[in-house]
Amino acid sequence: MEKILEVKDLELSFHTFAGEVKAIRGVNFDLIKGETLAIVGESGSGKSVTTKSIMRLLPEHSSEFKNGHILFNGKDLTKLTDKEMQKIRGKDISMIFQDPMTSLNPTMTIGKQIMEPILKHRNVSKSVAHKEAVDLLRLVGMPKPEARMKQYPHQFSGGQRQRIVIAIALACNPQILIADEPTTALDVTIQAQILELMKDLQKKINTSIIFITHDLGVVANVADRVAVMYGGKIVEIGTVDEIFYNPQHPYTWGLLSSMPSLDTADEKLYAIPGTPPDLLSPPKGDAFALRSDYALKIDLEETPPFFKVSDTHYAATWLLHPDAPQVDPPLAIMERMKKYPGSRYYEGTEGGTY
Amino acid sequence: MSLDIKKIPAESFERVHIDSSQAERITKPSLSFWQDAWLRIRKNKGAIASIFILVFIIIMAFVGPMVSPHDAETQTITHANLPPKVQGLEKLGIFDGVGTLAGKEVDLYEMKKVDTYYWFGTDGLGRDMFSRVWEGTQISLLIAFVAAIIDMVIGVAYGGISGYYGGRVDDIMQRVVEILYGIPTLVIVILMLLVMEPGVTAIIIAITLTGWIGMSRIVRGQVLKFKNQEFVLASRTLGASNGRIISKHILPNILGVIIINTMFTIPTAIFFEAFLSFIGLGLQAPDASLGTLINDGYKLIRFQPHILLYPSIVLSLLMIAFNLLGDGLRDAFDPKMKD
Amino acid sequence: MTKYIIRRIVYMFITLFLIASATFFLMKALPGSPISSASKLPPSQLAVVEAKYGLDQPVPVQYAKYMLNLAKGDLGNSFQFKNASVTDLIMNRLGPSVLIGSQGLILGVAIGILLGMIAALRQNTIWDYGSTLIAIIGISIPSFVFATLLQYWLGVKWGLLPVALWKDGWMSSILPSIALAMGPLATASRFIRTEMIEVISSDYITLAKSKGASGFEIAFKHAFRNALIPLITVLGPLAAGLLTGSLVIEQIFAIPGIGEQFVKAIVSNDFSIIMGTTIFYSVFLIVIIFVVDVLYGIVDPRIRLSGGSK
Repeated sequence: MEKILEVKDLELSFHTFAGEVKAIRGVNFDLIKGETLAIVGESGSGKSVTTKSIMRLLPEHSSEFKNGHILFNGKDLTKLTDKEMQKIRGKDISMIFQDPMTSLNPTMTIGKQIMEPILKHRNVSKSVAHKEAVDLLRLVGMPKPEARMKQYPHQFSGGQRQRIVIAIALACNPQILIADEPTTALDVTIQAQILELMKDLQKKINTSIIFITHDLGVVANVADRVAVMYGGKIVEIGTVDEIFYNPQHPYTWGLLSSMPSLDTADEKLYAIPGTPPDLLSPPKGDAFALRSDYALKIDLEETPPFFKVSDTHYAATWLLHPDAPQVDPPLAIMERMKKYPGSRYYEGTEGGTY
Repeated sequence: MSLDIKKIPAESFERVHIDSSQAERITKPSLSFWQDAWLRIRKNKGAIASIFILVFIIIMAFVGPMVSPHDAETQTITHANLPPKVQGLEKLGIFDGVGTLAGKEVDLYEMKKVDTYYWFGTDGLGRDMFSRVWEGTQISLLIAFVAAIIDMVIGVAYGGISGYYGGRVDDIMQRVVEILYGIPTLVIVILMLLVMEPGVTAIIIAITLTGWIGMSRIVRGQVLKFKNQEFVLASRTLGASNGRIISKHILPNILGVIIINTMFTIPTAIFFEAFLSFIGLGLQAPDASLGTLINDGYKLIRFQPHILLYPSIVLSLLMIAFNLLGDGLRDAFDPKMKD
Repeated sequence: MTKYIIRRIVYMFITLFLIASATFFLMKALPGSPISSASKLPPSQLAVVEAKYGLDQPVPVQYAKYMLNLAKGDLGNSFQFKNASVTDLIMNRLGPSVLIGSQGLILGVAIGILLGMIAALRQNTIWDYGSTLIAIIGISIPSFVFATLLQYWLGVKWGLLPVALWKDGWMSSILPSIALAMGPLATASRFIRTEMIEVISSDYITLAKSKGASGFEIAFKHAFRNALIPLITVLGPLAAGLLTGSLVIEQIFAIPGIGEQFVKAIVSNDFSIIMGTTIFYSVFLIVIIFVVDVLYGIVDPRIRLSGGSK
């Protein structure tokens, strides 16, 4: 259980035309060596911004770290100089982006683009870098890698381009790989291929992955742990099973209920009412309260702290306070909880009462 | 991570009912296209300064000749080639009517026994430059605005029809444009001016003859882009007429582009008029525009630099202000810049 | 690609044919006789002179003859300079015009690219504002005003450089080249700034950053090429601007170039030179636009390869 990355009380704002947007409002999480942590949430919840701030890829003139640390191997990434950060990017931490159609340089051969981080971070000759780039292409499943080195991005399909982006990200065997919705822009069948590839590669090189997505199906497929983000904060974090079968935060309930599934016969799909909060002037208290059916008076007054559910499972909702009334989650969620030992609705025989 | 928190009164944990329709309420005041654009323009110092400069120059173009005690046409030969002299400022050693004569600095007003003031001096025929500059500005602005409006009307109509109807109509119209576009503007303008009677109308016709093509290409591109977008298709499925689609859906969306482009046509037209007048193809005396004034001044640059100076300053200010304002408008209307 | 080039060439010829025809008929419609001394000559002698230039024949015959000669590259004879061929007159004056035109273009574009890059990379700083200011001034202040100022200060007042006339060899070309460079400088710097800003905010630049590339590498290895390629598209309008500029600049600096000859011909109603120069200019600009379009296809791998593969 070696922690490779610790994000502590991270707060980040954008200075925009309209005013200060508090995009991240106190985010805490750890990343353990070799695990895959999924960050889920709606658009604008701050999940992409969180990872971009780890890489320090946000525009410097408009974004500002207000508070907190990002500790990587004991170094605080928020405090590094640009030069020091350049040595970490692409070598220790690398990133895969959402849209493979636009994330490759259109006027540079893909061979050069893959060789770039190798030449940059490792003291090797061009011919070695070339050979390694070919190997990388083979590793990500590109047929005829030698011949394709000299081609330009527009000669590849979307799925192939994402494989190239993955090859670039893996070029220096990074300790952390950040995947920012790597499959969102791809066809469903290609999505599966890319996910399989990533799982495969993770086993081979033992890297930690932060996987950003809003697709809970993908989360179930790849993640070890899940962090749910809402309004610039993590509202619940736990193992995949804990989040899927014993969720505690009303927002997580909402997210899970709005996921279509084959085994629930419900014809009507649940939709969370309302829109995400305006982070120009974030609401007081629990940001989700205004959209929640389970809001308490205190939700409108004070921000809930993290309540411990288990050693690996925390949720920030006043519902877990000992004085809070017992509420029943939506039916579909209760059905799920019945299957999870340790939840208060468990109906199995292992006898876990809450 | 679970914390011991301060005692919270039990009633805080009462359930409250949240009206979820409330959650849909948009708290940010909604801004119309124009309000939004104005907000952006207001932040652009260059554009705001330009608006003030333009307003000032336009007002002066009409008021200037009236406030000057001398009118633009009267030739007072005894008052020829006087340098600028302004009441009040003369004591500061500037605008005091001192000029160079045969290598020596002398007060030309005193020498020529002139007891009046010419704020911008006089030209070789003793005409008041102040009135002439502002009347020239009037003519230049008139040519520029009329040319820009004609360009806009023809360009929008041509490009709009070509883009909206598409198919064969578009094909034929675009072939015509393709050929016309190949003809250098300079060549066509010079040829037209050689044939036509020189004057304001001739210059406007010459400038607009090819000027509308740029606008038509931009408008066509925009119409093509918008006519296949979902909101237009949706309106069409609901049975909206062509007229309604054009006026309610397409036009408001391309209005920004049209305005920006027109903003850039104006300085181009001002420049072309000045250019033509400078090479002797523009207005003929006694009509004067900024271009002809500069041409007159250029011939006397070594002896009477003030004749060149003032029309050049006004012309340059006009061009800078229109370009800056165009830039500001482009930034304000360009949705790509929205953050 | 081949099909495209052929289509473009056909259009080029149609455009040229139209321009030549339009020029011819417009000249015919001009008031006043092209023969400079027409008013002084007795009618009988005028007829002789007119016959010599073929002016006595019906207009369609003149038109056919003109077009035939044009196809052979013969632009006719000047009325003003006794029997000199217009083609020769233009060719003789090509040198100075090409020299100041190309110097102005190269100087302007090079400095413009530099300023544009600085402005984009140091966005919203004093560098950016300074470079934008230079660009706005370059676009706004007409070349003849700028040229006059240069001539007055650098030439007359300070005496640093030759004021005018083509007498001091290359030195004489400096001031006019600078005056001509302002337009391309302003256009290039604004264009490069916009392109660079767009490129810099693109996903592939973020990816390059995430590989650990330094600011310098990102600017020059990744962004520069992608921002530079579209600059080719403004070369056509730039060339047109240079032509316009050369008319007044050559006039102001008394340079024996094509533009100066053209302006003189306009004043003296020398039809053949006006027609010849018009057609020469048109060919020049049309060819430039064509070359630019083909060049764009060659430089941009996206167009190059998709065109080449079929």
